[in-house]
Amino acid sequence: MTADRIIFILCAALILASGLMVVITRKLIHAALWLVAALFGVAILYAILQASFLAVVQVVVYIGAIAILFIFAVMLTRREMLDKGAQTRSNWWLPALLGFLILVGLVFLILGQPAFAQPAAALPAGIDTLRSLGTALISPDAYVLPFEVASVLLLAALVGAVYIATGKKE
Amino acid sequence: MLFLNDPITFIAGWMRTLLSGWGLSSGLVTVIIYILGITVLIIFAMALDIMLVWVERKVVARFQDRLGPNRIGPFGLIQPFADIIKLVIKEDITPAGADKLLYNLGPVLAIASVIILWAILPLSSRIFGVDLNVAVLYLVAAGALGTLSIIVGGWASNNKYALLGAFRMVANMVSYEIPMVVVLLIPTILANSMSVQDITVAQSGMWFAILSPLAFIIFLISAIAELGRSPFDLNEAESEIVAGFHIEYTGMKFGLFYAGELLHAFTFGGFIAVLFFGGYGGFFGLENIGFFSWLNNPFVQAVVFLVKAMFGYWVIMWVKYSMPRIRIDHMLAFNWKFLTPLALVVLVNTAVLSKVLIGLPNWGYVLGMFFSNIVIGLITVEILRAYGRKQRKAEANLNPQRAQN
Amino acid sequence: MQTNWLYIGIFLVVGIIVPIVPLVFSRLVAPRKPNPIKLSTYECGIETVGDSWVQFKAQYYIFALIFLVFDVETVFLFPWALSLRQLPLFVVLEGVLFIAILVAGLVYAWRKGMLEWV
Repeated sequence: MTADRIIFILCAALILASGLMVVITRKLIHAALWLVAALFGVAILYAILQASFLAVVQVVVYIGAIAILFIFAVMLTRREMLDKGAQTRSNWWLPALLGFLILVGLVFLILGQPAFAQPAAALPAGIDTLRSLGTALISPDAYVLPFEVASVLLLAALVGAVYIATGKKE
Repeated sequence: MLFLNDPITFIAGWMRTLLSGWGLSSGLVTVIIYILGITVLIIFAMALDIMLVWVERKVVARFQDRLGPNRIGPFGLIQPFADIIKLVIKEDITPAGADKLLYNLGPVLAIASVIILWAILPLSSRIFGVDLNVAVLYLVAAGALGTLSIIVGGWASNNKYALLGAFRMVANMVSYEIPMVVVLLIPTILANSMSVQDITVAQSGMWFAILSPLAFIIFLISAIAELGRSPFDLNEAESEIVAGFHIEYTGMKFGLFYAGELLHAFTFGGFIAVLFFGGYGGFFGLENIGFFSWLNNPFVQAVVFLVKAMFGYWVIMWVKYSMPRIRIDHMLAFNWKFLTPLALVVLVNTAVLSKVLIGLPNWGYVLGMFFSNIVIGLITVEILRAYGRKQRKAEANLNPQRAQN
Repeated sequence: MQTNWLYIGIFLVVGIIVPIVPLVFSRLVAPRKPNPIKLSTYECGIETVGDSWVQFKAQYYIFALIFLVFDVETVFLFPWALSLRQLPLFVVLEGVLFIAILVAGLVYAWRKGMLEWV
């Protein structure tokens, strides 16, 4: 049980518990904040995998922008932000059984893959992952076209949001 | 290696031999050394924070032509300790209906998001927390956690003024993050790295503030907005919504918010020093001359860094105590319609010039960058002037009798 | 590099514990005499009027949305900025194209009046 394993198990427990609390908790604001905890757990996972850029970007974009957007949306729409109904339905055992069967099936499928048994190959020494990512995104024989298309996608999202927002006023 | 040349490694090596001698495993030794080093660094930051309260009150007093605290201790130096004792023994009133857990989490998260910035602050070439290779984005990530703490604090207070203050503050901080992140790209391009150590080393020939003065000015403005200090301090506009999102906080919790804001300002002063003024180095090549080789000593570098950070903090205070508050719609219009396009133009200019000017000797490179910034600045001023002229003419047309008077 | 992140993880934990110490100390030392007047919500010294929920201005949401798009854009620009030195000049033009497309979006939002705080 190396330190890596322990940290991974703690982190996975954090993510799963936060995800569960997002669904269970009654107050909407608490749900948004548990989501922040789950996203932070994912950032820790990226850091464990030595993807430092992705870890920091996860915090900057997901927690700094998307979670804030969620919290604003929650405060914008609901007057009474408390869920007063019952937490479970009477036939809760059926979806629970289905979920459990799917979980068992997935575990079998994944464990059957040969690549899953060995640990991931270590990165070659001296490689600078950040610069390789940059070069891959920009150089013409790599991913420059998806890079430019991503900007068009962001533009489409912006135009769509503006259109929906102005549409209500007219 | 001598203690004077490499203090942290020397102490860490000594502790490692000591603890391994007691029979602990190597991983555990590393963790213990980390915990001790981190505790020392954080206590240093908090002690500095206490002195910043004194600095702030003395400086604001001088700006307002009065003396400031001078009764407790020589020059009022013991005043911050009296403040802390007062805050600790004050009653902690949690308002009815406040969300207990979030109410207590707010101030802790606010100051934690500032403390974690000290992990990457390069006090000298051999005294720092970690040399993270994504340090520049880490700065933005810590800001994101700070934004979250404000929403949590404002919402948990169960008070409509706290909520209003928190919303306005978050809209402000979030908007000014864009020019800040865009301008943070400029030291990255100039130093070809996101690590603060590399950026400091790259400035040993010429400060980035001289290579790109517009970037420094935009970063200063966005940093002041991120800090929530005047003239962008709508969250704690004392004359408008009393104390904004921390109305309902009393005693030490308020103290944590206040101390967190001061430490944040000083940390940003430190980052301005690192990113634009050469950090702990930047002596224009002076340290290579034999007589000045003591400039390479880590302790001298730490003192140089703290002096530069204090200067950055002083500039931030100077702006705070000289300017009136800006209205929220003016604030946001200034950001989205002026700062963001300007920051993007400066970024494109720096990126293009960094490739085009690559063949020239050093002075050609410096002059080319500097004058391109001056040209952009002059064009911006001309555009603003033309726009102002147009607005004045439109207003004169609307009110002809008022224009004649 | 993993030791770097371990350091930052420990830093975060210690950074959360250190501010809690004065809070705990204050809890032990400070008086606690709650009464209903003290515990009531603050509203400039008068009784509160209405709920503590205000009509949330939709404009906050619009600004957060525009911020999100530009945040993702600037995050994409970081790998670009780091590979400028190694690659030839047209790489700069690729980045300029990326920025130009998003500036067009900003101009569109400006013209539609989305950047007004009315």
